[in-house]
Amino acid sequence: MKSLLESGDAEKLLAASINGELPDERGRFGPFGGRYIPETLVPAFERLEQGVRKFLHDDDFQKEFRAELHNWVGRPTALTPAPTLSARWGCDVWLKREDLAHTGAHKINNAIGQALLAKRLGAKRVIAETGAGQHGVASAAACARVGLPCTVYMGALDMQRQAPNVDRMHRLGAEVVAVESGDATLRAAIDEAMRCWVSDPDGIYYLLGSAVGPHPYPWLVRELQNVIGEEAREQMLRLAGGLPDAAFACVGGGSNAIGLFYPLLADTQTELFGVEPGGRGPGLGDNAATLATGRPGVLQGSYTMILQDDDGQVQETHSISAGLDYSGVGPEHALLQAIGRVNYIMASDEEALDALGELCEAEGILTALETAHAYAAAKKWAANNPGKRILIGNSGRGDKDMPTLIQYPVSARK
Amino acid sequence: MSAHESVSSALRAANDAGRPALIPFITAGYPKLEDFMDVLAAVSDVGDVVEIGVPFSDPMADGMTIQRSSHEAIKNGVSLRWILEQLSANRDRIKAPVVLMSYMNPLLAIGYDELAKRALAAGVCGFIVPDLPFEESHDLRAALESQGLGVVQLVTPATPAERLQLLADASRGFLYAVTITGITGGDGGLPDDLAAYLDRVSKVSPLPVCAGFGIRAAGDVANVGQHAAGAIVGSALVEVLERGEDPAAFLRSLRD
Repeated sequence: MKSLLESGDAEKLLAASINGELPDERGRFGPFGGRYIPETLVPAFERLEQGVRKFLHDDDFQKEFRAELHNWVGRPTALTPAPTLSARWGCDVWLKREDLAHTGAHKINNAIGQALLAKRLGAKRVIAETGAGQHGVASAAACARVGLPCTVYMGALDMQRQAPNVDRMHRLGAEVVAVESGDATLRAAIDEAMRCWVSDPDGIYYLLGSAVGPHPYPWLVRELQNVIGEEAREQMLRLAGGLPDAAFACVGGGSNAIGLFYPLLADTQTELFGVEPGGRGPGLGDNAATLATGRPGVLQGSYTMILQDDDGQVQETHSISAGLDYSGVGPEHALLQAIGRVNYIMASDEEALDALGELCEAEGILTALETAHAYAAAKKWAANNPGKRILIGNSGRGDKDMPTLIQYPVSARK
Repeated sequence: MSAHESVSSALRAANDAGRPALIPFITAGYPKLEDFMDVLAAVSDVGDVVEIGVPFSDPMADGMTIQRSSHEAIKNGVSLRWILEQLSANRDRIKAPVVLMSYMNPLLAIGYDELAKRALAAGVCGFIVPDLPFEESHDLRAALESQGLGVVQLVTPATPAERLQLLADASRGFLYAVTITGITGGDGGLPDDLAAYLDRVSKVSPLPVCAGFGIRAAGDVANVGQHAAGAIVGSALVEVLERGEDPAAFLRSLRD
């Protein structure tokens, strides 16, 4: 994979990333990213990109977005010290609490930002896709807030795994469409949402839920999510007495992780760890660890790392966490791996369940199964790095995972 | 004559014979792997150019019929390498020029230079790549054109005039005019302003223009044929194969 970069490119690309020069005008993060879409969508994507360029950093938009983050989302979210985990792990552990944001996860930052943008772009209705359902709930809530009808595409398998979130979406006024095709999870839902958009690119705004897909989505989502890292950085300096030695975030598509990492890229004394779902094991189809085990290719509009076979067929994945169960990953993460700024590692289903249990018991926080992967990796790192300061991106709350967690009773696991 | 020129030539020959050209589309290895060459041979006896679908796991521009056929074909073990091997071994059975329709990732998995060489050896004349916009197509076009093959560009009713000219000039073999803003296999009928759209596309294209998406019946082919060089028939033909009916008979019926 390093061969995608020439000698000396890593330093230049890191500098360009820190300076805000990536993606470039073609939507590339170094070799990754771009826009691989049907011709039918080309005019729609050009209008979207122009709209994003016009509004995203416009004072009025930013004022409205920031006001909604404060008044409706509940930002800034807390930075919580974790004294019991700190004592157990021998490190100073701090948690960035996206689970405390409205609707219970970081997804809401992106959803309200894009919903405000959809309104400015004159969309008649919004479509979204969802895996764990958190982005669907966030999209439904944000659309209700700005007054746009919302349709959410969700894999049929994920609908079973995340039944409470399906009900929440309905109550928030969204239509939920079950996607039976493909693997009936997030990837199939994205395919279906794209197909729907192709049918009416003028009237529909596609509210994409992660830092994936064709340009400008990876950039747009990062810009809406980096509030996580901006707040965490400021809070660490103010409350924890300094920047972390290491920061951990779970990575499926990677929006929470890029939101946390992006404002910390220049702080090279902070080691960054993206934690992918190691699932049942290292075999193709047994995990969703795209960066750790995938190869470059084109999936859903972007040149990035993907889980595929030798013929270029994208592979089905497994993770106990529906929100991480995805064969691709945001192209900016592919770059950050290629240039060595972020380490991408794995935590298994079992390790995530153990970490989730420990956090509940130690700090009274039921975290999302996604986030539990970050805790599992942080605990391992702490064992080899005593006395260090650790930041963990607590991306969402675990209530939505109860149908899964009930299958692993506490008594049986003790 | 280069490979992509043989496509244009076959389409023009049909028009010279006083009829619209017919481009049947089949998904390779669907519904049965072992029938692929027989179906292809039968279809190529009637069609002027044949489009073979390379199945892909995430066909974002395709409707349910082609999606289903792709999914089944992958389960049957079809891959781009297998298709090229089959074509190479059976070149003499296929009368019409062949173009492959593939999404990007299977092409990347082989590598562009290798792909171009193998495709030429297999008698393939060009590629239709639905998720490859012109802006990202330079490397693939260069590799294919070095072997005399080309990329067939797609245009749609939403393509602005300046871009239409750019795509028409870049296309090889023919220019693919997507009739509707949507995915393949729609049954909502052809749009009312189809004639004006096809006239507009044909006027700027140095190559024959063939219309696809939503063409299911003889009336559609005749309708399209008044304003374009030919018609591409995909989902309707795949459904014929799915039902176990005779593809050649169906294609002949489109000309009645």
